[in-house]
Amino acid sequence: MKEKEKLIINRKRLDGRDLYEMRKIEIQINPIKNSMGSAMFKFGKTWAIAATHGPRAAYPKWQQNPEFSILKTRYMMLPFSTWERSKPGISRRSIEISKVVNDALSNVIFLEDYPKTMIDVFIDIIEADASTRCAALNAASIALALAGVPLKDIVSSCSVGKIDGEIVLDIAGFEDNYGEVDCAVAMIPHEEKVLLLQMDGIVTKEEFKKMIMLAKEGCLKVYESQKTAIKQAFTNIIDIE
Amino acid sequence: MEESKLLIEDKNIVTPGDILAEGLDYLPSSGCYRTGNIIKSKYFGVVRIKNRYLSVIPLAGAYMPKSGDGVIAKISDIQTTFWICDINSPYDAILQIGEVAEEYIDLTRTDISSFFDIGDIIYAKILNVTKSKNILLTMKDYRARKLIGGRLIKVTPSKVPRIIGKEGSMIELIKNKTGCQIIVGQNGIVWFKGQNEALAAKVILMIEKEAHIPGLTDRVNAFLDKFSNIKGEKL
Repeated sequence: MKEKEKLIINRKRLDGRDLYEMRKIEIQINPIKNSMGSAMFKFGKTWAIAATHGPRAAYPKWQQNPEFSILKTRYMMLPFSTWERSKPGISRRSIEISKVVNDALSNVIFLEDYPKTMIDVFIDIIEADASTRCAALNAASIALALAGVPLKDIVSSCSVGKIDGEIVLDIAGFEDNYGEVDCAVAMIPHEEKVLLLQMDGIVTKEEFKKMIMLAKEGCLKVYESQKTAIKQAFTNIIDIE
Repeated sequence: MEESKLLIEDKNIVTPGDILAEGLDYLPSSGCYRTGNIIKSKYFGVVRIKNRYLSVIPLAGAYMPKSGDGVIAKISDIQTTFWICDINSPYDAILQIGEVAEEYIDLTRTDISSFFDIGDIIYAKILNVTKSKNILLTMKDYRARKLIGGRLIKVTPSKVPRIIGKEGSMIELIKNKTGCQIIVGQNGIVWFKGQNEALAAKVILMIEKEAHIPGLTDRVNAFLDKFSNIKGEKL
C-alpha cells in the first residue's frame, strides 16, 4: 500500500508556512461604487467580495418588522471559483453558509435602530481555497462598517484545523481536503465572544481548547488588518487631494 | 470610585467597536453605546467631545428623519387626501392636504394633483416622526415651497452641516460666487438653479469629498475664485 503523503515536513507546511502562520491578508476598500459599502477580502488564494445595500424599505411589505430591521445575507460561489465548475445560483451549501453568516452578523448590528427596513449583504466568492466562510464574514463586516450601518464591533474570522496530528492556523485548500479537522471560528476578539463555530473531524478536549486559543490569536490579527483597512477609506480621500 | 479615562481625542477617526472612554463620568450621545463601564463607537466616523458627552458622526449612512428638519422631497404617489413623498431615507413621508392649503378644500370637486403632481420636487419641513417611523411633512413653513426647474444632486446626509457651514457661511459663499439659487435639504439632497449650475455642482461634490479635512472654506474660496472670471459661461 502506498504511504500517505505528508502535509507537514520539518514543521513547515506545503506552502512554506509555519504551523501558526496565516496566509497573506489583502483588503480592498469600496471596489463596488454602486453599493453603499463594499469590500474585498483575500486569505491567500481565497477571495471574497461583499457589498451592502441599505438600510432601505423592506419589501415585500409583509416581511417588515415594526421593531427591527431585517438582515438578508446571500453567500454564493461563482462558477469559476473552484477547480471544477460549480453550478451557479444557490445550492444546499450556499443556503447553509448564508444562514450562519447572517446569524453571526445579526449579533453585531443594531437592528433596532432601523425598524421596518432591510439590510442586504451580498457576498460572492471569486476564488475558493478553503475557509471561504471566514473570508466572507470578514469582507461583509468591513462592507457594513463602510456603509454606515451601526455595529457593536467588527466581526473577525479565521479557520483552525488539524493536519498530520498537528494543530494549525488558517487551513488552505489541500489541507482541507487531506487534513483531519477543519474548524471555522468567528469572534469579536477583544470581548472573546464567539459568533460562529463549525467543525468537522474528531479532536480531543485538549486539542479543541488549543484550537480555540489559536483561533483567537488569528482573529486578533484579522481584526487589526480590518481596522487599518477601514481607516484607509478615510486617508484615501486625503491622498486624492 | 474608579477614575474615568478618555481614550480618544476630539476629531479622531474611530471604527465600530473602538473604546472611546472608560468609567461612568462620560456619557454616550449619538453614535456610541455603553457596555458595562466602557463607551464604544457604533460607526466608522469622527469623534466629537462636548464636555461629558461623546458622540460619533458617521462618514456614511442613510438619512434618519428628525422632526423640524427641512428636506427636499419628491412626490411619488397621490392618494385621495395626501401625498406620499420620497425623502431619500428608508421610510416614505406623508404630506396631508391640511398641511398644504390654508382654506377648506372640497375633495369631491378638486383633484389634489393640481397642488402637487407625481414627480414634483418640494422643499418641506418634517412635522412629526413617530416611534414606528411614520413621517408627516408640512408646507406651513416660511421656506417651504415647490421647486420648479433646477438640478438635484445627492450627497451623504452626514455631510450636510459642512455644506451649509457655520450659520450658513459656506452656502452663502457659494450662492454669492456662482449666482445660483441653492437649497440644501437635511436629507442630503441639494437643489440649485441659475447660470453657473455646473460650477455649483462641482463645488458641492468637492465639499462632500473633503468635508472632514480642515481648512475647507479656504479651499472652496480658492476653487470658486479660479472660475469667477468666466462667470456666466458654461463649464
